Amino acid sequence: MWTLFKKELLRFWRVSFQTVAAPVMTALLYLLIFSHVLGSRTEVYPNVAYTQFLIPGLIMMSLLQNSFANSSSSLVQSKVMGNLIFVLITPISYLEFFLAFLAAAMIRGLVVGLGIYVVAMFFVDLPLTHLWLIVAFAVLSSALMGTFGIIAGIWSDKFDQMAAFQNFIIMPLTFLSGVFYSIHSLPPFWQKISHLNPFFYMIDGFRYGFFGTSDISPAISLSVVGLSFVALSWLALVMLRSGYKLRG
Amino acid sequence: MIPAINIDQVHKHFGALHALKGINLSIEQGEFFALLGPNGAGKSTLINLLAGLLRPSSGSLAVMGFDIQQDYRRARHALGVVPQELVFDPFFNVREMLRFQAGYFGRGRENDAWIDEVIEALGLTDKAHTNMRKLSGGMKRRALIAQALAHKPPVIVLDEPTAGVDVELRQMLWEFVKRLNRDGHTIILTTHYLEEAETLCSRVAMMKQGEIVALDSTANLLNRFPGKNLHLKLGEKRLPESLTPLLRSMDGNAYVLALADLTQIEFVLAELRTAQVTVEDLQLTEADLEDVFVELVGR
Repeated sequence: MWTLFKKELLRFWRVSFQTVAAPVMTALLYLLIFSHVLGSRTEVYPNVAYTQFLIPGLIMMSLLQNSFANSSSSLVQSKVMGNLIFVLITPISYLEFFLAFLAAAMIRGLVVGLGIYVVAMFFVDLPLTHLWLIVAFAVLSSALMGTFGIIAGIWSDKFDQMAAFQNFIIMPLTFLSGVFYSIHSLPPFWQKISHLNPFFYMIDGFRYGFFGTSDISPAISLSVVGLSFVALSWLALVMLRSGYKLRG
Repeated sequence: MIPAINIDQVHKHFGALHALKGINLSIEQGEFFALLGPNGAGKSTLINLLAGLLRPSSGSLAVMGFDIQQDYRRARHALGVVPQELVFDPFFNVREMLRFQAGYFGRGRENDAWIDEVIEALGLTDKAHTNMRKLSGGMKRRALIAQALAHKPPVIVLDEPTAGVDVELRQMLWEFVKRLNRDGHTIILTTHYLEEAETLCSRVAMMKQGEIVALDSTANLLNRFPGKNLHLKLGEKRLPESLTPLLRSMDGNAYVLALADLTQIEFVLAELRTAQVTVEDLQLTEADLEDVFVELVGR
């Protein structure tokens, strides 16, 4: 399992310009543009500048997208290239397989998130009100999306299907989760709809860790994220154990 | 002694397709065994079942006595598979890939000496630090074989290892595989080059439509068809009708006739004389594994 984990780590680290530096750069562009356009006109939380408000959202958005991308793209690429058989013919158990892909996906997401935080610190001062909650939400959310990536990677047979996952599920859910706004600024109907979006809980709880203010209770957010992780892990393990789309 | 491979009443269904129909097969340790059959006969399905890439619909398979489902870890430790397709991981070089492969089987740095040995034996020393995607087809094939050997398995399955490989590399590969066999490794080979199976393998199984239609030593299979082949190249006229029952194959004006014994030559020549057919060339050869294959599988 350790070897598979190490291989998965090296796989993204070999192309770190694309897998780490590029998402950090993209997040900083978002920060630059949105804070320039809305920074002076918007105050989402009391005594929190819009630029400050934006950073935790951008960190979490990138963390989620990259955790998902790591496990899903590695699996799909290995399936399409055919080299996944080199892992499938080994004594690695389905649980070890899951843990190795998950751990590598989490590390990529966390490294990207940390990268954005470190670079953003040069521009904005950000409080760390509840550090343990920041860490808990970051770790749990990266695990949740790494697991979702494993499910998507197993299910997808080609890059096209994977792109559909990213463009029609991940992107809309992240953009509509409160990265750029508080859901209290939405009409009541859309606020209710937002509560059905699991990404909202990840971002809202993570943001609470910084400011001590959130749209809903962080305990509820942590529970939703934790339960979602357990549910998706169960599904991924069932798929791996049955050999779904991997072993005929 | 525990057989290297034991396959007991294995069936495999893919939806309505019955790909394997109750295969029974035992391969002893140290054998050089050939699994032959036309495309779609079920050879790769059988190999994929052994490797754990497919699951049997019913029946059981064991590698070195370890059931591939109940005791899959030890069964997979005992097996190295060289896949038919040239698949590779584009992120790593040859040495890294071999280290990873050995690592999946729990082997660490102590295995490096063996990896060096495999790299050298397969002529990959100059390419050890070259990325897999930059290797030529022949080199990729060598790397695939090295990958199957990385964890030093006692049983090695080579699925069409010489497909698309030039003569020089083919010779080199066979010398290496023969050495492995001499060192005690059990070798299971599928190939379309029947002369390779005839030269290398002590025992042969022939498959057709998911069933084993012949399973015997190579010598016994050849003895089953003791006849000879008469290769004729005729002039303008076609083969007389009286000789068509002997016809094994034809290509333009070149004919191959199957003779039960040498006395039939006189009959053939007499018929050709009567029909006033000119013989441009004539050659007599022993029946080989290909003839046996055509007889058993190609009908």
